[in-house]
Amino acid sequence: MAKADMLGESLWDAYSNKVTTLMNNPQHQGEITPEEAEAHGNKLIVADFGAESCGDAVRLYWEIDPKTDKIVNSKFKSFGCGTAIASSDVMTELCIGKTVQEAVKITNIDVEKALRDDPDTPAVPPQKMHCSVMAYDVIKKAASLYLGVDEESFEDEIIVCECARVSLGTIQEVIKLNDLKTVEEITDYTKAGGFCKSCIKPGGHEDREWYLVDILEQTRKEMEAEKMKAAADAMSAGGGNFEEMTLVQQIKAVDAVIDESVRQFLIMDGGNVEIIDIKKNDDNIDIYIRYLGACDGCASSATGTLYAIESTLKEKLSNKIRVLPI
Amino acid sequence: MQVYLDNNATTMTDPQVVEVMQPFFSEIYGNPNSLHKFGTASHPYLRKAIDQVYTALNASDNDDIVFTSCATESNNWVLKSIYFDKIVNGEKDHIITTEVEHPSVLATCRWLEEQGVKVTYLPVNEEGIVESHTVKSFITDKTALVSVMWASNETGMIFPIKEIGEICKEKGVLFHSDAVQAVGKIPVDLQDVHVDFLSMSAHKFHGPKGIGALYIKDSQPLTPLFHGGEQMGHRRSGTLNVPYIVGMGKAIELATTNIEKTMASIRAKRDRLEDALLELSDTFVVGSRENRTPNTILISIRGVEGEGMLWDLNNGQIGASTGSACASEDLEANSVMLAIGADNELAHTGIRLSLSRFTTDEEIDYTIEHFKSAVARLRAISSSFAKVAPTPGGEAGECHIPHHMAH
Repeated sequence: MAKADMLGESLWDAYSNKVTTLMNNPQHQGEITPEEAEAHGNKLIVADFGAESCGDAVRLYWEIDPKTDKIVNSKFKSFGCGTAIASSDVMTELCIGKTVQEAVKITNIDVEKALRDDPDTPAVPPQKMHCSVMAYDVIKKAASLYLGVDEESFEDEIIVCECARVSLGTIQEVIKLNDLKTVEEITDYTKAGGFCKSCIKPGGHEDREWYLVDILEQTRKEMEAEKMKAAADAMSAGGGNFEEMTLVQQIKAVDAVIDESVRQFLIMDGGNVEIIDIKKNDDNIDIYIRYLGACDGCASSATGTLYAIESTLKEKLSNKIRVLPI
Repeated sequence: MQVYLDNNATTMTDPQVVEVMQPFFSEIYGNPNSLHKFGTASHPYLRKAIDQVYTALNASDNDDIVFTSCATESNNWVLKSIYFDKIVNGEKDHIITTEVEHPSVLATCRWLEEQGVKVTYLPVNEEGIVESHTVKSFITDKTALVSVMWASNETGMIFPIKEIGEICKEKGVLFHSDAVQAVGKIPVDLQDVHVDFLSMSAHKFHGPKGIGALYIKDSQPLTPLFHGGEQMGHRRSGTLNVPYIVGMGKAIELATTNIEKTMASIRAKRDRLEDALLELSDTFVVGSRENRTPNTILISIRGVEGEGMLWDLNNGQIGASTGSACASEDLEANSVMLAIGADNELAHTGIRLSLSRFTTDEEIDYTIEHFKSAVARLRAISSSFAKVAPTPGGEAGECHIPHHMAH
């Protein structure tokens, strides 16, 4: 939050002039009849995407020259808001003159960029970005009908955020590479979840197959498992970095060092020591101990003995260790 | 011509209200809690404003009416205080409200659920109201409060507050009503109905924004939201907002004096507008006219998405709403429309037109004309009204309605 967030922007103020103009006066709105297409010797494809019941629906008409696969004319109909009408109009414009194979490469990002007044300013507010996604989807549907292939054959990866077209693989990779811990961080790194927000968690504008919260949790679990496995492998290989170990591994390692180098001397004097806890404090690793028997209350336990234990652990395990008697 | 038909969101401040507020910004500016004459000079005006509010609502002298910053504060105050007064100590654990309350009630209830309170959200019937027998059937020994709006901000439908009040009284359960859309629009007589708490907001009846009130029957104890000084009988601390309190007093007096006559005039314009719009094919209005606040129409136009319609109306200088202004940036279908069983397409087409006593016949004529041409334009674009059928296999798939929209 900041000063700029204290007063929400009017939704329509965030629309580009192009969006406004096309909403008021769409250039390609209308229908192409089978008779028209036939008269030109062309094939007519009519595809629907979305549904009125979802609040957004678009119907795309393509008149295609079967000899060249070129879209010679295109129109649309739309039940939707300003963004839906404007983006359908631009989508139709972008299709005309392209072959079906070329048109299928048009993404919602292309549509949104074509609606910008200047290249650096988004054409619509973030929550309206999903309206341009429909344009992308309806093209895929029309192309699949013409080419007689499954729509999914146009997708080679799982798209989690349709608005920013970010794939599952990309999200998992940035979480792992940058050790991301929150959804906000994922949005900062990838833009996923930064627009209509449906992909963040269930309950948004539309149901999604994948949600960022679940991907984050699952990926973090995998990272944790990988880390533990690496630590376990390092331990069994006879060493490993103390700072990277799990808490249980650290306790075992500390106990082993104390058993091997310290405890026998304490027992000789009728005393002993037990490990209470290990905590990471900024740059230090604090090991909390309690003296037992003769060591408890011995003057040396706060000076010489403590120094001996700490230096042994530092030498054998890590320089960051501090030993703190309770 | 500019036409403002979003009076359920807010209203123009009546020029007479503005006039009575003026001196308290310049001449009579003392803190009313001060002992010197600069402060005490405002006391007669504050007393008058308090009298105006008590008179308008026919409240008893034993009742408390505390000025707040708005109805959102009043609603929060009741719900959170009931939590501290009756629920935290284990005496009760349950609150009953409805699915169609204002966000200031629903969001507070959701927060209370996070604190462990059990909340029942009652559904509305096909008229868009909660029936009293439904409320009765959900009250248990552990119910601390029933909170039901007096009239809906979206549909204008008037809830059976008298019957619900009697049930709550009989069952010994506290009853709160958010009367924001009722006060100043229809008679609200607190001697005629039983409510323990009632919220209101001045800007809904041509008063200024930033001032509301909470009515508390028979000086019921209620933990304050604001602790501090001794203002408002220790119930709400903070220096009194003198100009706004004076303005609210005048506004409620103007709105409730001869209310039957004002209602009849607004109702006649509303009905004329409604009749004309219903001449359009495939349109329907939510709720019967008799049981609706006289200024409100929630109309659905098949094939025309709500925001698209709002855009065209706005281009014609007509201010309307797709539903609650608080939710106007939401992408969701109108929740009240879904609750009353409208299909999902229609739930995306609701346009709310709300009149005021300042709405003129010329404005109604202009709106009818512009509304009809906007519907014609948008239906020409609409896929619902397309004549050419999709290529086999090119039909739209099933719509996945988000969880929170399912009923």
